Amino acid sequence: MEAHAYDALVIGAGISGMQAALDLAEKGYQVLVVERQASIGGTMAKLDKTFPTNDCAICITAPKMVELARHPNITLLTSAQVERVAGSVGHFEVTIWRQTTYVDPEKCTGCGDCARACPVEVADTFNGRLSQRKAIYLQFPQAVPAVYTIDYAQCTGCGACDRACGPGAISFLRRSQPLTVTVGSIVVATGFEVLEPTELRREYGYGRFANVLTALQYERLMAASGPTDGHVTRPSDGQAPRSIAWIQCVGSRSTQGGHPYCSKICCMYATKEALITREHAPDTATTIFYMDLRAYGKDFQQYYQRAASHGVRYVRSRPASVSENADQSLLLEYEDTLTGEVASATFDLLVLSTAVVPPPENRRLAQALGIAVDEHGFFVARDALRAPLHATREGIFLAGGAQGPNDIPDCVAQASGAAGLAALPLSQRQRTAEPVPPAERDVAAEAPRTGVFVCSCGKNIGGFVDVEAVTASARALPEVAFAEACMFACSEDAQRKIRGAIEANGLNRVVVAACSPITHGPVFQQTCAEVGLNAGLFEMANIRNQCSWVHSSEPGPATTKAADLVRMAVARASYVKSLPVQTIEVTPGCLVIGGGTAGMTAAITLAEMGIATYLVERETVLGGKLNLLGKLAPNDLPARAFREQLVHEVQRRPLIKVFTGTEVGALAGHVGNFEVTLDGGLGETVTQVQVGTIIVATGFREVDLRGRYGYGDDPRIITQLELERRLRDGTLGKPRSVVMINCAGSLDAENPSCCRIGCSVAVKNARLVHQAAPGSQVFLLYQDLRVYGKGQEEAFTQMLAEVAPQRIRYDAERPPRVSLEHGRIMVTVYDTLLRDELEVEADLVVLTAALRGDGETPRLKQMLKVGANAQDFYHEAHAKIRPLDFTTEGIYLCGGDHYPRSIPDTLAQAAGAASRAAIPLLRGRVKVEPIVAEVEAARCSGCGLCVPHCPYGAMRLDAERGVLVIEEVLCKGCGTCVAACPSGALQQRGFADAQVLAMIETAWEGALV
Amino acid sequence: MSEPFEPKIVGLLCSWCAYAGADTAGVSRVQYPPNLRIVRVMCSGRVDPLFVARAFEHGADGVLVAGCHPGDCHYLSGNNYAEERFAKFAQLLDFFGLDQRRFKLAWVSGSEGARFAALVAEMTEELRALGPLELKVQ
Repeated sequence: MEAHAYDALVIGAGISGMQAALDLAEKGYQVLVVERQASIGGTMAKLDKTFPTNDCAICITAPKMVELARHPNITLLTSAQVERVAGSVGHFEVTIWRQTTYVDPEKCTGCGDCARACPVEVADTFNGRLSQRKAIYLQFPQAVPAVYTIDYAQCTGCGACDRACGPGAISFLRRSQPLTVTVGSIVVATGFEVLEPTELRREYGYGRFANVLTALQYERLMAASGPTDGHVTRPSDGQAPRSIAWIQCVGSRSTQGGHPYCSKICCMYATKEALITREHAPDTATTIFYMDLRAYGKDFQQYYQRAASHGVRYVRSRPASVSENADQSLLLEYEDTLTGEVASATFDLLVLSTAVVPPPENRRLAQALGIAVDEHGFFVARDALRAPLHATREGIFLAGGAQGPNDIPDCVAQASGAAGLAALPLSQRQRTAEPVPPAERDVAAEAPRTGVFVCSCGKNIGGFVDVEAVTASARALPEVAFAEACMFACSEDAQRKIRGAIEANGLNRVVVAACSPITHGPVFQQTCAEVGLNAGLFEMANIRNQCSWVHSSEPGPATTKAADLVRMAVARASYVKSLPVQTIEVTPGCLVIGGGTAGMTAAITLAEMGIATYLVERETVLGGKLNLLGKLAPNDLPARAFREQLVHEVQRRPLIKVFTGTEVGALAGHVGNFEVTLDGGLGETVTQVQVGTIIVATGFREVDLRGRYGYGDDPRIITQLELERRLRDGTLGKPRSVVMINCAGSLDAENPSCCRIGCSVAVKNARLVHQAAPGSQVFLLYQDLRVYGKGQEEAFTQMLAEVAPQRIRYDAERPPRVSLEHGRIMVTVYDTLLRDELEVEADLVVLTAALRGDGETPRLKQMLKVGANAQDFYHEAHAKIRPLDFTTEGIYLCGGDHYPRSIPDTLAQAAGAASRAAIPLLRGRVKVEPIVAEVEAARCSGCGLCVPHCPYGAMRLDAERGVLVIEEVLCKGCGTCVAACPSGALQQRGFADAQVLAMIETAWEGALV
Repeated sequence: MSEPFEPKIVGLLCSWCAYAGADTAGVSRVQYPPNLRIVRVMCSGRVDPLFVARAFEHGADGVLVAGCHPGDCHYLSGNNYAEERFAKFAQLLDFFGLDQRRFKLAWVSGSEGARFAALVAEMTEELRALGPLELKVQ
């Protein structure tokens, strides 16, 4: 039997695996996704919200899950695992074991009758064992595929489910089977788990005391779809806790605990959990016991400060012990290391931020794949610095939690990066052409026949709104030909029913009353498209976010309002028209702005995919920061050597055209067709290039500290970047006393952000200074030690042993002072741990300066029409799930211009940005925004009032005809011009006056009560 | 007839910030009075003063237009035009004998769920005090 051939295999379908699979499939490659669990979604599907934006986790995960399940180039195997991998890159032969679930996915409708009939109750692991489920179960309401699974270990074989199953989907004769496939490359994205400290020393009473939970269990308590419908209660008595404590680093940063590394995400999720707990129940006292508060991502420090100002209490301590009181509250004994006070306090609930650990499964999988894991069980990169996404066997790549703790944006960036690299061995393969969209029904001449589907969202809507009453009131509207209630409108099963109802009833408009069109609109539009209804004929009434969730205590008015919102949507639907989908041809080629580590890596990756790339660098040489650095963490590779390697890789590829000493002078156009003017300086050489996509990789810089900390007053007061140069050039001399001041210019009132990399740089350079000037004493002045990245905690511990620096913790309120006295440099600092002021004489002061985006950002952002923050770091499209995209289509970002990051992270992002930027180029065509402005020439007086309203230059006056002309490709669909038109000649497709007014006029007229 | 007066409000919200803020209020379960009906547009710059007038004409006691904070417009400058337009429009309300407090232009970001809820609560209270709108014009 011939093995089925795919282009790529993705193992694991959490956020990383899903992103990697989608990135590969979007390029036209056939992808096989293998997931061990019954549903895709991974850990992210279990989370309540995400920091630092408080986005609802499932709301941003579920659309990706559905997109993956629907993608024509993706084949999904759940309840399956990889057994063996033979062959080599380009020709892997993979054996997969498909575990039977005893349920036929083709027949199961996800109705749940089987679970109601099942007599066996077991602890629900998805809910952290805080609730019960049946032996036949759906992992969670939004599970994909929405197919029930029999937990064979728990099943008694009574057959109740089989008898209850209407479609006859259950068969105990279905057997597990092996399957052999061939693939060209493999992405491993098996995610992470959290430590359950029962296995160790039952630390802090976990497993002994009822009211001690892991943070992941607490996420489930907070989640609306969790065991308590989002009401935080104590497991012991179901009462709302009045006080909750979090203990950080349980099992992490501890060699005794077996997990010496920093778990990286806990400080922020604990902050998030405490903050949101207080938002829900402002009287709850929340306390976080921490070691160092590692708020080092973009906007993390501000989030932490927000939590602190909202009354979340932070205590710098690792509590000594926990005991249980008679009422099952918990008594903590601790020493506050900032005040020296030894205290005890009682909490109703205790949450442990336990170590992020690899799935035990990794070790077996590593053997099957022939790749290495580290002593903990995380997969190991081939080269931690230069090839962070390459596993130790060629053609296999790593993404996300599989190789260590990572937050969601880093997982997504790595996943795109791994997808980019996994595409390289496939570049000679035939890609699947763009699928032809299903034929659309022409409904222009038909009278509206509207179908209304009212979602209960489990209890999220149905618990507060009378869904049947809303459905009935919709059914009574004259335009409505069909109305039905459903449990979860976004489930695969409900979508099938919607498609069926459209076809059976000849519906030509569809209204779904459920959640937000922002998160779920595209899902339903796709459903409609599959049965020939154009996306423009779909409408959504947001009866969850705008109704059931915000009027939970007023079921009567909430139901009335839901009916009103449905009526408004139905009214609007009568005026909607098909929105024509147009595509434009994409000019091959990519422009990469910035020739540093990120830009060069992006260009190399693109060229490897066969894409012509223009690499533009402002300086006269390539290399960016690598030109300024000494040795690189984690293996002390000289930056110069790495720079030479990258430059060589760039220069040996004829597909990369390098323009040094060149700036982007002007830029016009849009995704698919950008016209770029490259300015070689002094008007000397001006080159015009046309590209389809653009990557921005302009890096970061140190802020100018002149006037602060004595900087600029004495050559012995320098920054880390200047220290790097002295170390590299051997001009450090023999300073006896070196004072490093971290957070110089950051974490203060003027610039509240944390630079992310400063602590790690200081740790590395303290060691290098010690090596270059043996016998010197290093003083490390810090606020929190926030080393970041794989292996960094261990490097920090090692540095402490080798260098024995004197560590002095200071507070932002009392920053260190540097003064020059008769040629001597004196540093005065208040040590918050000793609670005393110290004075140190320094031969060298090294300032870990605050970092900001490139100085050209204000000019470039105008040209690119993208956003940036006050520190000149660019705004990505979405902080969590789109870290490498801009909101402007066709433009991507990577490296330090997004936020300062380590070199391995920069390489991951750069490969990821290349992967993203390659998608339109490999597809060859892009879709144009359908909701553009249009002009009715007969009504246009040619006054031109609208023209300056358009920020995209999409409008111009045709002087000859005296009318306005709109270039639809440039129009982004804001509609500002429409409101400016005095003669009603302009309309916006999808938001025409008649469509908007239909809602306004029915909002309160014709109301039920 | 002893039921207290419940004002009717129409909200015209930009999709990227204010509507997202209302979504966030929902996700965060922040409670506010059920007196608002939301109409989504892509940008506050799309809101034609005619829309607001029609809302009053068709039963609204108050109208809220909300978009991205200045500088945050997804379309770069649409909210600036909205601000300009509605500064003039508010003056016209006086001319028509409509209390300016019945119309509100506000900036709400996607993460400001609690602020959005507070805004609606505040507006509802204010309109309760003002009483029902009685339009005399035809």
